[in-house]
Amino acid sequence: MQDLVNIFVKSIFVENMIFAYFLGMCSYLAVSKKVSTGVGLGAAVIFVLGITVPVNYLLENYVLKEGALSWLGPQFAEVDLSFLSFIMFIAVIASMVQLVEMIVEKFAPALYGALGIFLPLIAVNCSILGGSLFMQERNYNSITEASVFGLGSGVGWFLAIVAIAAIREKIRYSNIPAPLRGLGITFIVTGLMGIAFMAFMGIKL
Amino acid sequence: MKLFKNLLDSVKPHFEEGGKFEKLYPVYDGFATFLFVPGHTSHSGAHVRDGIDLKRTMVTVILALVPALLFGMWNAGDLHYAALGETVGFWDKFFFGAIKIVPMIVVSYAVGLGIEFAFCVIKKHQINEGYLVTGMLIPLIMPIDIPLWMVALSVVFAVVIGKEVFGGTGMNILNPALTARAFAFFAYPTYMSGDQVWINTSTDAGQSVVDGYSGATVLGSYATGGEVQYSVMDMFLGTIPGSIGETSTVAIIIGAIMLIFTGIGSWRIMLSGVVGAIVMGLIFNAVAPYAISPEQQTFMAVPFWQQLIMGGFAFGIVFMATDPVSAAQTTRGKWIYGFLVGLFAIMIRVFNPAYPEGIMLAILFMNVMAPLIDHYVVQANVSKRKKRLKVA
Repeated sequence: MQDLVNIFVKSIFVENMIFAYFLGMCSYLAVSKKVSTGVGLGAAVIFVLGITVPVNYLLENYVLKEGALSWLGPQFAEVDLSFLSFIMFIAVIASMVQLVEMIVEKFAPALYGALGIFLPLIAVNCSILGGSLFMQERNYNSITEASVFGLGSGVGWFLAIVAIAAIREKIRYSNIPAPLRGLGITFIVTGLMGIAFMAFMGIKL
Repeated sequence: MKLFKNLLDSVKPHFEEGGKFEKLYPVYDGFATFLFVPGHTSHSGAHVRDGIDLKRTMVTVILALVPALLFGMWNAGDLHYAALGETVGFWDKFFFGAIKIVPMIVVSYAVGLGIEFAFCVIKKHQINEGYLVTGMLIPLIMPIDIPLWMVALSVVFAVVIGKEVFGGTGMNILNPALTARAFAFFAYPTYMSGDQVWINTSTDAGQSVVDGYSGATVLGSYATGGEVQYSVMDMFLGTIPGSIGETSTVAIIIGAIMLIFTGIGSWRIMLSGVVGAIVMGLIFNAVAPYAISPEQQTFMAVPFWQQLIMGGFAFGIVFMATDPVSAAQTTRGKWIYGFLVGLFAIMIRVFNPAYPEGIMLAILFMNVMAPLIDHYVVQANVSKRKKRLKVA
């Protein structure tokens, strides 16, 4: 139980997808103009990460890894399909994003319009694939750990995009030098937020 | 005063349109309004009838900082001579500190105001004396031994990246003084932490310190499992190593009273910050037996009220967390913001072995989160009123 809490807290604060690894920046920068759309996209990312990481965990451990197929029979113990992992992970992610897209379109058409192209583009959001690849690299012990990690990473990303959206709403009326308006200042703010998130670096859980 | 007035009036034509120094008008304006309350009034919109404007506000904060500054000067000398094992009088100690600290203040103001003036002249807007307080805070949160060029560089980073790119005073999202300290902290960690930087031990004849001397701060000792050499009274009065202005809780309380009495510092943030720290301290006291390492266990077992007087907590919560620009703006937001600052400060302090002190990063983190808190406080209010409207 304590391990699960540790993984969760660590993936939100210490190993935040945005501020520790700078993954998933494209949609983070593009859809953070308003808090409400930020919340929508953040929730979509939590959902997709929370489902794809455990599904990919199963794929990894029962299909792709060396010897993972041995449950089919002893003659499969030598098979190593890990060269397929990228394409398999992306396939899972893409289908999951399709699902999210349909749900959002059906139940929140306003949000669907506001997110625009960035909703289907979650499929190629680096933080989502990053989540699956981190899961592969870190060798989590069980599917519960993997799902907690996926959810935590999603919550961390959610927190980041909502925080920057609130800041961007606040600085909308600031007298920012013309060349820096828009993305320029957003990059600077992200860097400064990275400094603030350094507060959690080095915490050992 | 008459003399200044005449002088200002006589040079004014040069700075007005068509004059020789037309471009430098913001500089003239800055000095003129610093000395005299400007006579002009707004012509439209809301009028706030109050004799206090931004400059007067800033000066009040600086006055509130004076006790901490003077104590810091004396304390620097006191620790220096104590480390060398010499006994000298009150004024010798004070002058030693002054010789060290005054140049830092001069550098901080010269560099910071220089940049600010340059930006105002180029962007053709008024000089807001937002830097007056920042320029005083930056030396007060630096260790005594820091080289002056590092102070200058941190000031440049804080003023340009932390403030001017957002459009100047009142627009920044992070507290500029803390941005400066965070910059120095991450760029030159050896000069900003450890047990060598808090007391100046150099003399003309080289270093020769007395036996049993340790330059570690109280928090540093706890974090590394060392023995704490200072009593609770020392911590409260401030005769301990630390950043220049942060050590004396008494001096800071005097400043806090001035800020609260004049209504400039938010008592809500200060109070909720202290409450947050106490709550976290009590939680740590309760869970101390389950700590993972012996150092952490002793640190967690520190009585919760001692956490308030150690390190920079008091200074941060009084002078930095209450920054009206980067803190939460709404009343309810201020309670939440202050509480979380206190909570995170103690949490980082105890939990994170990388940083012995947590208040700096706790405030920066909450500065980042403050707009979000405000957003939801405002939204909650909107939906509450909507509901009321429906009922009626």
